[in-house]
Amino acid sequence: MTDIHHEESFLRKYIFSIDHKVIGIQYGIMSLLFLLLGFGLMMVMRWQLAYPDQPLPLLGWRLSPDMYNSFGAMHGTIMIFLGVVPVITGAFGNYLVPLQVGACDMAFPKLNMASFWCYFVGGIVMLSGFLLPGGAANSGWTSYPPLSVVATTGQTVWLIGMVFLITSSLLGSSNIIVTIVQLRAPGLTWMKLPFFIWAQLVTSFLLLLAFPPLEAAAIFQLMDRLAMTSFFMPSGLIVGGAATDYAGGGSPLLWQHLFWFLAHPEVYVLILPAFGVVSEIIANNSRKPLWGYKPLVYSVIFLGFMSFIVWAHHMFLTGMGQTMSKFFAITTMIISVPSVVILSCLLISLWGGSIRFNTPMLFALSFLPMFGMGGVTGLPLGLPLSDIHLHDTYYVISHFHYVVAPGTIFAIFAGIYFWFPKVTGKKLNEVLGKIHFIFSLIFMNGIFFPMLIQGLAGVSRRLADGGQSYAHAQNVIHYNEFMSMSAWLLGLAQLPFIFNIIMTLFKKKDKVADPNPWNATTLEWACPSPPIAHGNFEKEPVVYRGPYEYSVPGHKKDFSPQSEKLGEK
Amino acid sequence: MKIPYNEELRPDTGLYNAKLGIWLFLASEVMLFGGLFSAYIMLRLSDPNWANYGQSALNVPLATLNTVVLITSSVTMVMSWVALKLNDIKKYSMYMGLTLLCSFGFLVIKYIEYSSKFEHGLYPSTNNFLAVYFTITGLHGLHIVGGILVNGYFFGPGKKMWDTEPERFTNRIEIAGLYWHFVDLVWIFLFPALYLL
Repeated sequence: MTDIHHEESFLRKYIFSIDHKVIGIQYGIMSLLFLLLGFGLMMVMRWQLAYPDQPLPLLGWRLSPDMYNSFGAMHGTIMIFLGVVPVITGAFGNYLVPLQVGACDMAFPKLNMASFWCYFVGGIVMLSGFLLPGGAANSGWTSYPPLSVVATTGQTVWLIGMVFLITSSLLGSSNIIVTIVQLRAPGLTWMKLPFFIWAQLVTSFLLLLAFPPLEAAAIFQLMDRLAMTSFFMPSGLIVGGAATDYAGGGSPLLWQHLFWFLAHPEVYVLILPAFGVVSEIIANNSRKPLWGYKPLVYSVIFLGFMSFIVWAHHMFLTGMGQTMSKFFAITTMIISVPSVVILSCLLISLWGGSIRFNTPMLFALSFLPMFGMGGVTGLPLGLPLSDIHLHDTYYVISHFHYVVAPGTIFAIFAGIYFWFPKVTGKKLNEVLGKIHFIFSLIFMNGIFFPMLIQGLAGVSRRLADGGQSYAHAQNVIHYNEFMSMSAWLLGLAQLPFIFNIIMTLFKKKDKVADPNPWNATTLEWACPSPPIAHGNFEKEPVVYRGPYEYSVPGHKKDFSPQSEKLGEK
Repeated sequence: MKIPYNEELRPDTGLYNAKLGIWLFLASEVMLFGGLFSAYIMLRLSDPNWANYGQSALNVPLATLNTVVLITSSVTMVMSWVALKLNDIKKYSMYMGLTLLCSFGFLVIKYIEYSSKFEHGLYPSTNNFLAVYFTITGLHGLHIVGGILVNGYFFGPGKKMWDTEPERFTNRIEIAGLYWHFVDLVWIFLFPALYLL
């Protein structure tokens, strides 16, 4: 499989590569930079919230309310569409899926490259909005019309960027599905797949089927903006004191339906692969098989199905009617059940294990209570009655950030520390890793916990002055400074991580890197570190065992790799 | 490095890679047009003025002709694939040529329809029925153009592959055919939904 080794040009090898590993790393670098940028925008916004209307230190300029809106919209867009999703599906999915199923590459290497470059172009187009007169998109990451239709040109650029990103995720997700279905190594039957692969499979289906309706919506909004159609423009609309030229008769609610039809499954796109990453790390570091592999698999599939019929719980306050509200409240309560099953399985997996508290495990362990926070705070939002009070307050912000920030992003950190030795052949420094972990955990909570309190007091999100001009916010407004401090310190806490990566990359390499430094069982640890360019494995792997054969009674070692023949101990 | 099951079928799934790939792509296309159609339904049901939007101004005879043209192209598309299966590359070229001819014919008729609307001052911004009509048929037209590019490639430079990898080339035509039938099928839904109902 590996004998065809001709010299490749620099461009083919590092830039327009069709090797899934290079593409995975490209995705990883790009999306981590975007995460940093999205976080940077937020750190500037937090200054405005803590000290309204005071000029920024060092930079010297004031963040105007319009700029604040623009930064807010772009923070959300960048974090979700350019940051977290590309890391967790583009980088982790691309790099690990072929390795874990024992394949030599993705099923369609050229489409894979096209997927990355669509993402790249989409990202550049999005960012170019900042250079336009009127700035980047400023109607929130949800882009609700009619506001977004009459907004500045940045919104047009946002929509075009979105079309590129949707294309990218379509190419990427269909590639991942075909790879999992078609390229599994001999012997790797469905119920022997690592849970990470199941999570990626379901996630890819969500991306494949939920994104196109948003594409339809984006096309409608582009038509509204460019061809003056009235898809989302109601009759009799008055903007800035004057009647608009739109024919009217459209429905702003239509956008919300189409948008949330994507954006709710998108939440599960963010969280399911994180479950996958965390479960791999927990099984490996508790030296025990995952507890309840089958319930985990069925739950993740059920979650995938259900995520398509809960979207309107984002719209309880739109007056869409009681029948609709009832239906979506019920489905929302149902969807919390499989999430709890997954969390419980992971928690019980720890029971009686001899746990190794290394950096990836610490991040994975803290994922459980942090995601738990995010999940539990979500329940009151899924019930129309309590949602009336909490809708569009900082409570909502806190809720979904607990899911995504100390949830998914901690899983991403865990994954980076865990698989870094596979990608580079070198382990990251544990001391720096633990410093990174402990401070990230503290400051994450420092940011998001006070938001729950502010939200319960009724402080709205998207206020450029953090609620200064509202009487009901006065009792809780002092938290703003504390939260902002936490945010900046969280930024500082990432320095050990960045330093760690750079330091380790420049460290001298061992002659032959240990292919399996964590004593793990799944297939990616059966190939060299880093895996062979174009081909991965020295010889085609054959699978004999389940994914998590740790501490099998009667065996000499406490792990039995999937590719180890039965009978060998 | 050679990726397995590029041509041959994987025994336990009974598929080659691209066949699964195209079905997944078509599934996402169903969701795209599903989104467009449901938007149409929602706009139409929630707008009391819909009856005045001049749906009857659409040219039903021309659209009927277009439907016939498109279905014919689907038939010739299958015939070109069958010709390859029967090892007859000349017949393949003929049927593929006919398919391309029909696709261009469809676009020409569509162009005539569009321009007569514009002549009467009917634009997407005029009212929401025309907005739906132009947007959805326009997107469908883009799909036709995409199909022409793919089929044109296999009619012209892409045909070289027949000499080296006939099996794989036949598979490619099957994949292109599946896409083409889908585009045809979308029109079968669009025609009654926009022109007749």
